[in-house]
Amino acid sequence: MVVGAGHAGLAASHFLSARGIDHLVLERGEVANSWRRERWDSLRLLTPNWLTRLPGGHRYQGPDPDGYLTAGEVADFIDGFAKASQAPVRTGVEVLAVRPAGAGTGAGTETGTGTGTGTGSGARTGTGSGTRIGYRVQTDQGEIHTRTVVIASGACNLPSVPGFASAVPESISQLTPFDYAGPDALPDGGVLVVGASATGVQLAAEIARSGRPVTLSVGEHVRLPRTYRGRDVLWWMHAAGVWDQRHDQLDDLERARGLPSPQLAGTPGRSAVDLNALMASGVEPVGRWAAIRDGRALFSGGLRNVCSLADLKMARLLSGFDEWATAGLPGLDQPAEALEPTRVPASPRLQLDLRGGEIRTVLWATGFRPDYRWLDVPVVDAKGRLRHVGGVVDSPGLYALGLPVLRRRKSTFIHGAEDDAREVVDHLADYLAGRH
Amino acid sequence: MTTVTNGVNVQALLDAREVLKDAPEAAQFTWRATSTWRDGVHSTTTVRDFFGLGEERSHKNESVFEADHPEVFAAEDNGITPIEYLLVGLASCLTAGVASVAQNRGIQLRSVASTVEGRHDIRGILGADSDVRNGFNDIKVTFTIDADATPEEIEALVAQSQKRSAVFDALTNPTDVTVEVR
Repeated sequence: MVVGAGHAGLAASHFLSARGIDHLVLERGEVANSWRRERWDSLRLLTPNWLTRLPGGHRYQGPDPDGYLTAGEVADFIDGFAKASQAPVRTGVEVLAVRPAGAGTGAGTETGTGTGTGTGSGARTGTGSGTRIGYRVQTDQGEIHTRTVVIASGACNLPSVPGFASAVPESISQLTPFDYAGPDALPDGGVLVVGASATGVQLAAEIARSGRPVTLSVGEHVRLPRTYRGRDVLWWMHAAGVWDQRHDQLDDLERARGLPSPQLAGTPGRSAVDLNALMASGVEPVGRWAAIRDGRALFSGGLRNVCSLADLKMARLLSGFDEWATAGLPGLDQPAEALEPTRVPASPRLQLDLRGGEIRTVLWATGFRPDYRWLDVPVVDAKGRLRHVGGVVDSPGLYALGLPVLRRRKSTFIHGAEDDAREVVDHLADYLAGRH
Repeated sequence: MTTVTNGVNVQALLDAREVLKDAPEAAQFTWRATSTWRDGVHSTTTVRDFFGLGEERSHKNESVFEADHPEVFAAEDNGITPIEYLLVGLASCLTAGVASVAQNRGIQLRSVASTVEGRHDIRGILGADSDVRNGFNDIKVTFTIDADATPEEIEALVAQSQKRSAVFDALTNPTDVTVEVR
């Protein structure tokens, strides 16, 4: 049973089919639902089209390999993959609960789902350790018993908003990226965008273009140029092997999994959306929003240091690319570049009166988190994260895909699904065969 | 990695980090200072006991700090100004951070010196202008570091020490403060 028909769940389905393992892909909405319904209008993929590929040779075939798909085009691309791979998707089926089959008293409808027709045969009498009781998947259309579940419901189901949001005065509209469609729907007047990762900088840029004054609250962030030495920075990540770094080879996996998305946008003009570019278009940066006191937003005085950290990390990454390229790359004729450090304002504002009328909208671009409220298996830690090693969840027969650095740095990217899904399905097949 | 001797037991810190990940209650410390008024704006503050790792603890020695105002404030100058103690805290915290991060990154330090300057408009504390805040306008720290490292590595040391500094955080972010009378 695969939960979620996004690119990760469908990649799993591809490899399950290739192994002849019966399965279903349950999808609460339609294929690529989040791309169609839960993101803003102007969103484009961060990765260039030539890198937009899924298992079985499904790849972008259009005229602009260096461009970036819009959200709608990504949804169509994923839909095309679902059709091409004849994935057994059941759309409009909401998973209400997944629990170990031994738990509770509910009498599940035993279906053929999850019964291995290939290597899985006879798994119940296998030699592996642990209980192999399977799971009961309760949906809004009945209950299904399955021996394995692949959780591919995404990493960005809910917006993360700090607790002090409740202290924002009612005169200010508060939005998350789930509510935001475009700048035209915002009230006139100032907008405080909170968070300077990919979402925050993209939205700050387009809201500033709409003529509204934008203040951007900036915490720790990842700065990247869109292009470096004439090539897309994600080409460098790909070619230099950064994206293939594995979860079991990283010094600090927890840190890698918590890294915010880089300050990039997939705009046709490949324009920069780092703080220097935003300031040039009138956006005012302030420090991380720390608290609200007496109706005033209080910002950290540490803006300069988070910018220094981001500048230093970017410089290290780019000089790593330069070292990697010293042997010479065909067609690489542009020399190494030194990017201008972030021009932090001399005296960033430390507070802002939320009742003064300057700010009419607060847009929380403070990150997303997965939603596991339906997962009735004790595998979620105190911080709401799934306990897993490389997608093998801490409960026999339970697997995950599409989470940050699940098995590699590229795990959450479209093209990162293939390698992860193949390996997770390998493990799943071994489990069904009693080899784990 | 060559043997680096900055005198910081990084292994003990890394071990503590691992242990405290799963024992958040043991990570709760309370630092304490006790102050007595002398005369005028002169006070004496002592620091000895603290709570941590689940029990009451003490420093090896009690430390005594005199605070007063300088003569230009028409005071006796029996000690430094209270706000200058914030500079002491910031400088020592960032310096400790530089040494720890350097040790962890295998960078041998030869010397680390810093100057901390806090610009202060005293019209705030005098009540001469209600638009001027009481505290620092801003603080500038200047490090001079001699180490077996590139200028970029040294910059990264200083940046990381700010990222992990208790006093930097306490000064740059708001803290809820309760003052009671008993």
